[in-house]
Amino acid sequence: MSRAARIAWWRAGVIVGAVLLLELLCRAEIISRLVLLPPSEMAATLWELLLAGEVNQHMAQTFSTVAIAFALAVVIGFLVGAAIHRLPRIRRAVDPLLASYYSIPFFVFYPLLIALFGLNTVPLIVIGFVFAMAAMVIATLNGLDRVPRVLLKTAKIHRLGRVRSVLLVTLPAAAPYLFTGLKLALAYSFIGIIAGEFILSGGGLGYSIAYAYESFDNRTMYALMLFVLLIVTVMNMALHLWEQRLLKRRSR
Amino acid sequence: MSPRAASSTAGADTRRFDMLVLLALAVAVWQGLYEYAGEVAITPPLATVRYAAELLGTAGFWDHVAETVKAFVYALVISAALGVAVGMVLGLRRFAGDVAEPILVALYTIPKVTLYPVMLLIFGLGLSAKVAFGVIHGVIPVILFTLNAVKNVNPVYLRTARVLRLGQWRTATTVLAPAVTPEIITGLRVGFSLTMLGVLIGEMFASQRGLGFLIINGINSHNVRLTTAVILVVIVFAIAANTLLLALDHRLHRGAR
Repeated sequence: MSRAARIAWWRAGVIVGAVLLLELLCRAEIISRLVLLPPSEMAATLWELLLAGEVNQHMAQTFSTVAIAFALAVVIGFLVGAAIHRLPRIRRAVDPLLASYYSIPFFVFYPLLIALFGLNTVPLIVIGFVFAMAAMVIATLNGLDRVPRVLLKTAKIHRLGRVRSVLLVTLPAAAPYLFTGLKLALAYSFIGIIAGEFILSGGGLGYSIAYAYESFDNRTMYALMLFVLLIVTVMNMALHLWEQRLLKRRSR
Repeated sequence: MSPRAASSTAGADTRRFDMLVLLALAVAVWQGLYEYAGEVAITPPLATVRYAAELLGTAGFWDHVAETVKAFVYALVISAALGVAVGMVLGLRRFAGDVAEPILVALYTIPKVTLYPVMLLIFGLGLSAKVAFGVIHGVIPVILFTLNAVKNVNPVYLRTARVLRLGQWRTATTVLAPAVTPEIITGLRVGFSLTMLGVLIGEMFASQRGLGFLIINGINSHNVRLTTAVILVVIVFAIAANTLLLALDHRLHRGAR
């Protein structure tokens, strides 16, 4: 068996083992049912919820909000990153701000945003966008910093125009870092929006989880948590696979 | 003085100036938001600073600060120690590291806010829940940075250590540790930010004391003055602490080269 295959098997084994262990501990009542439900029960409840369609509307709300925030964060974050990269003076001033960006708990601004935009999904989109954008800006800066000079010189020797040298040289060379930005932006827009829904909102998955928690409905709560974890993991894996394919094509 | 040092001091002056411009811009946006949204949403910069100064003068406020700092320090120490230890082990055992890394990355990207009810059910209200919340946010980036630092240590260093017949312990302390310190500091900086975020969120949901509690309390009782002032204090602290760590980070990275 090749090393990569062995690693994949081991990884799957670790995950399955962890879930089984949790199942066992819960079934044996070592972990109280009041604290945690067995994973199989979470999955069963989730299945029922999905079939009954009770939470579909909340899911749709969260997903559409995340999608808009993510798209905005990626596009605007990339443009801002590229702009800052060309202006070293601004960059030096902004650097400490970018570095401390994620220690600021942004969703404390959520009430302010509600006062600004009203109680609808706009404040959530803004939160997700603001939270995710910096990751994209940082990744873009990183990527552009690490484009090898040689490649740019080669582009110059081949007399590529500006547009073509960006499309053919700079972007592909920076791609791995841009991908990191995409992945983080996705995660952060989820985190920001679900946290916002937790705090103050009339809909969405975060709201549903908080509502279930407050009404002591542990089954629904854990089912929805499992759902969020699964969705985020699946999306990340999809991005990861896409990235691997691009990288493989490049190394040929 | 070398020409390079001279140019960098001149650079420091313009840099300071640029930062002031940035700060002025932020204050202007803030004032603009106030003009647009009014008292119900945000208090204006000057009044907020005045009220924050007033708060800093009261003993009750410092109790909340002490509470937050205590939880934060516990969480940070646990994140750092656990993160560096686990990261070292996974970095040295390459196979285990390769198995674990994607799992850790996946854990890093899940929205941990959703887990807050679980944390409450396990730890109950109070300090331990806040610390746990800080740790689950902060520990993973420290592990990931340490893992990658150890994995990417120039193999020549380790081979040299073997040629010099250094024992395992001396290899770790005299070769490995200095080689990976800059990366670990970067990891700790990221871990620092996220631990703070985690502790504050924990306080917002699961506590009766601390700065996070003050914020959520202000939100719930529509005390805009209090909320804005506390948020200001938190942000100023976060940026100040990070700037310090960033300076340390830069110095170590430059020294390493």
